[in-house]
Amino acid sequence: MPDTPLTSTSLPLQDRSPSQPVRFRGGGFTVKGHRWAALLAFVVLIAVWESTNRFGLVSELFLPPPSAVASALAAMAQDGSLWQHLKASLMRIGVGWVMGTVAGMAVGFAMGIGSVARAVGVPLVSAFFPIPKIALLPLFILWFGIGEPSKFATIGFGVFFPTVIATYSAIDSVPRNLIRMAQSFGLPWASILRKIVLPGALPGILAGFRITASIALILVVAAEMIGAEYGIGAFVLTAGNLMLTDQLLAGVLVLSLLGLSIGTVLSILERRLLKWR
Amino acid sequence: MRLIIKDLCHRYDDLVVLDGIDLTVQEGEVLAVIGPSGCGKSTLLGIAGGIVAPTSGTIAVAGEVPDGCLNPITFIFQDFALLPWRSVEDNLSLVLEHHPLSAAERRERIESGLRRMGLWDFRKALPKQLSGGMRQRVGIARALAVRPAMLLLDEPLSALDAQTRELLMEDFLSLWQRERTTALYVTHNLDEALRLADRVVVLSRRPGRLREIVTIEEPRDQRLEPSAQAHLAEVRDRLWHLIRAEAQLADREIADA
Repeated sequence: MPDTPLTSTSLPLQDRSPSQPVRFRGGGFTVKGHRWAALLAFVVLIAVWESTNRFGLVSELFLPPPSAVASALAAMAQDGSLWQHLKASLMRIGVGWVMGTVAGMAVGFAMGIGSVARAVGVPLVSAFFPIPKIALLPLFILWFGIGEPSKFATIGFGVFFPTVIATYSAIDSVPRNLIRMAQSFGLPWASILRKIVLPGALPGILAGFRITASIALILVVAAEMIGAEYGIGAFVLTAGNLMLTDQLLAGVLVLSLLGLSIGTVLSILERRLLKWR
Repeated sequence: MRLIIKDLCHRYDDLVVLDGIDLTVQEGEVLAVIGPSGCGKSTLLGIAGGIVAPTSGTIAVAGEVPDGCLNPITFIFQDFALLPWRSVEDNLSLVLEHHPLSAAERRERIESGLRRMGLWDFRKALPKQLSGGMRQRVGIARALAVRPAMLLLDEPLSALDAQTRELLMEDFLSLWQRERTTALYVTHNLDEALRLADRVVVLSRRPGRLREIVTIEEPRDQRLEPSAQAHLAEVRDRLWHLIRAEAQLADREIADA
């Protein structure tokens, strides 16, 4: 049988009515990347800051110029004091953060998967989390002495509660359908935890790391200001007491760079571990 | 394998969802369950698969389990339930890793499942890199990897577009043609039920009770033939007549909520 030709409706050949171009009305406030804007803003800020001193608008004592801060930093690097202070602070942050994170993740996991642990844990965490941890430092000094353990405890305690909250919230956000799927295929409990709950909760846990790393940085400075010979916090406090504001700002700059480095490391970790997102 | 459901009731607090369900899914049969929204279709499937504990009643299985069956009652999910951080082949591997299989046998099961669903070339892809239809094919391949005796399908095509749904229905038809795997198939789509099922169970609106069981006489592979169309249209009208009023009520209830 021959193919029946399809009929088509032809469009009018010429539409003589007046036409108007359709106006673009917006793309929904889409954010565009401006790579150089941040760098430019930074350069402008430094330039303004430097010129305020050069033109004598602000006293060097109140706000030393960036060049003076850089010189102070270079001097610290040359005489080795920068590394001595940095080493002490990094060691305290590392030990305290690891202690708080390991304990916080263990408790957070228990609360995420166990209803009894959650019933007990949620009110306790809500009660302890808002306490300013630095207020407990005198108590920790009394318990653990003036040395390192009291500083580790302050940082660990400060890191512990946000880690607990981040971990159990992250476990809550693991889609339940994935767990039901695993149960329906008979996966053992431990496999479900290892293969589904942990990787599913990882984005939330890593987001928690970002917050706890900043908390650790804040607490190490506070703890070092109370009882330490070395450490960036101790250095900043001494510089402030001696009105050496260029050195004080050099210490602040080191802290800022430290925070930036920790953030960068976490971003790399997120990119590696969460490629699937 | 047969699935025998006796006097099944289920309630969520004061809400009775299923009431007095007596049903047997015969060996090699595809039994579709239809009914208005909220009639307890998915709950029935969850109970049949042991992931929802019934309030009362019994669920039992009887009959032979095929050789190499690792998970006699196996689900295929509406939302695919794939692990987004695992590749296609690792999603299949997940359901085999806790069984004492040799590495060679595990590989063979994964490869055979993926090849049957036309996914071998995509074995290294992550679920996010696949279309909805391909994701559901991974879900089917995962189910096939454990060589199930019975499949429980929870609206497996409802998240897919019409063309993909058509293609996957063909996949299911060839699967049942080859394997004769018993299946309990929950759907809200009458055409799917008429195309795939041997019998269609109609549930009433809450609480879900058995209203009617309709047998479709036409062999599955002849249902698209013109000679079968008139009868299938009659069956479709009958099924629609059974659920229409309650589906409207359920729709209004959802709209009000």
